[in-house]
Amino acid sequence: MAADPLIRVTGLRKAFAGHVVLADVRLEVRAGEAVALLGANGAGKTTLLRILATLTRPSRGTAFVLGHDCARAPERVRPHIGLVAHGAYVYEDLTALENLRFWTALSGLAADGAVLARALAAVELERFAGERVRTFSAGMKRRLSLARFVLSRPRVLLLDEPFAGLDQRAKKWLEGYLEAFKAAGGALVMATHSFGRELALADRIVILAARTIALDTPRASMGAEEIARLYRLHTEDGA
Amino acid sequence: MVRKDLLVERRSKETLNALVFFSLLLLFVFQFTLGPDRERLAAALPGILWLGFVLAGLLGLGRTFVLERENDCWDALLLAPGDKSAIYVGKLAGNVLLMLVVETLLLVLFTFFFNVDLAGALPALALVVALGTLGLAAVGTLFAAMTAQVRARELLFPVLLLPVQVPVLLATVKATEAVLLGEPLSAVAHWLKLLAAADVVYVAAGVLTFDFLLES
Repeated sequence: MAADPLIRVTGLRKAFAGHVVLADVRLEVRAGEAVALLGANGAGKTTLLRILATLTRPSRGTAFVLGHDCARAPERVRPHIGLVAHGAYVYEDLTALENLRFWTALSGLAADGAVLARALAAVELERFAGERVRTFSAGMKRRLSLARFVLSRPRVLLLDEPFAGLDQRAKKWLEGYLEAFKAAGGALVMATHSFGRELALADRIVILAARTIALDTPRASMGAEEIARLYRLHTEDGA
Repeated sequence: MVRKDLLVERRSKETLNALVFFSLLLLFVFQFTLGPDRERLAAALPGILWLGFVLAGLLGLGRTFVLERENDCWDALLLAPGDKSAIYVGKLAGNVLLMLVVETLLLVLFTFFFNVDLAGALPALALVVALGTLGLAAVGTLFAAMTAQVRARELLFPVLLLPVQVPVLLATVKATEAVLLGEPLSAVAHWLKLLAAADVVYVAAGVLTFDFLLES
């Protein structure tokens, strides 16, 4: 029997001031699985991620992460998730080490200098520990953002356009990091427009169109051209 | 939270520089308005002093969550597991510290600009200022969080804050007036009790409601 999914979404609906963004969304993501969430602008990808991240409440339906209701028990969900959105969630006038120290203290994690240094080394930022984040590239900020998760060890990573704005080296590093996360039993949900590295990482392709999941299919069975064709089919017909 | 905010402020000096400059401007305006008339000055001094503190405080308190907004860290604060009231207490402590620094500077400048001797009244005045500052900052920090994510926050913040501050402002101005006239603290005990009670109520309300406020 397959293990319980880490993410289970059923009958999810979200409306903003009467405007329905998501309707009857159903989704399950299991341990060690990566889902690429595709969709046109305004399809509700970010809204779905924010609901899973406990930042937005659904209008109807339920979203569970590791068995905890995202709307009713967000404080139980939060220790298990890591959100990487457009912002890197770092303070520009603090150093990398100071940022990490702040977030671990705020999260109630016990982490001494050696542990923080190891977390920075895990994201290849140990040489920049004492430098202000203001001087960092987008890729370095993304890595620093991920260093928090080296310490908090979430089971679920929610990523919004994870490879956007990164150079080739940073993309390669992030790809390796996410592969390792997945191999360690983590679940990934990546909202994206691009048909690049996110799709290579994904085990399943989920296309959001016409406010709901128009397609949910295994990635292995399809090439990039087939995915692009299906994307056009659903987003142009259904959006 | 306090350490982080103070560290960033020490490096950027954005808020402190703006508040010091603003305080200097206020003092110049007051000086020109009141002139050298000592009687007029004595009557107006407590109100002017607190007007300066409140206006500088409004500027500083309104920036409580600017760092989070500018660095896109608001969601990350929400997502941090653990007790959110710790964020409130940290922000409150940082605001109180910043306000006390600016108020100390304002007091020093007052003695210089208006040629008044506050030395004798200083211990009693310090107590009144400390209690008043805590009351101001307690509500200010809470309302800064409430308005941090709304569009008209610069307008909403003072409109929400000032009516709630009426008991604190009334008590501080009255107590300051008496203290500057040389009256003992026992003579203003009722105002101090009101201030202390308001502080307790405001801080407790902040600690108890901050989590709900952040989540909603």
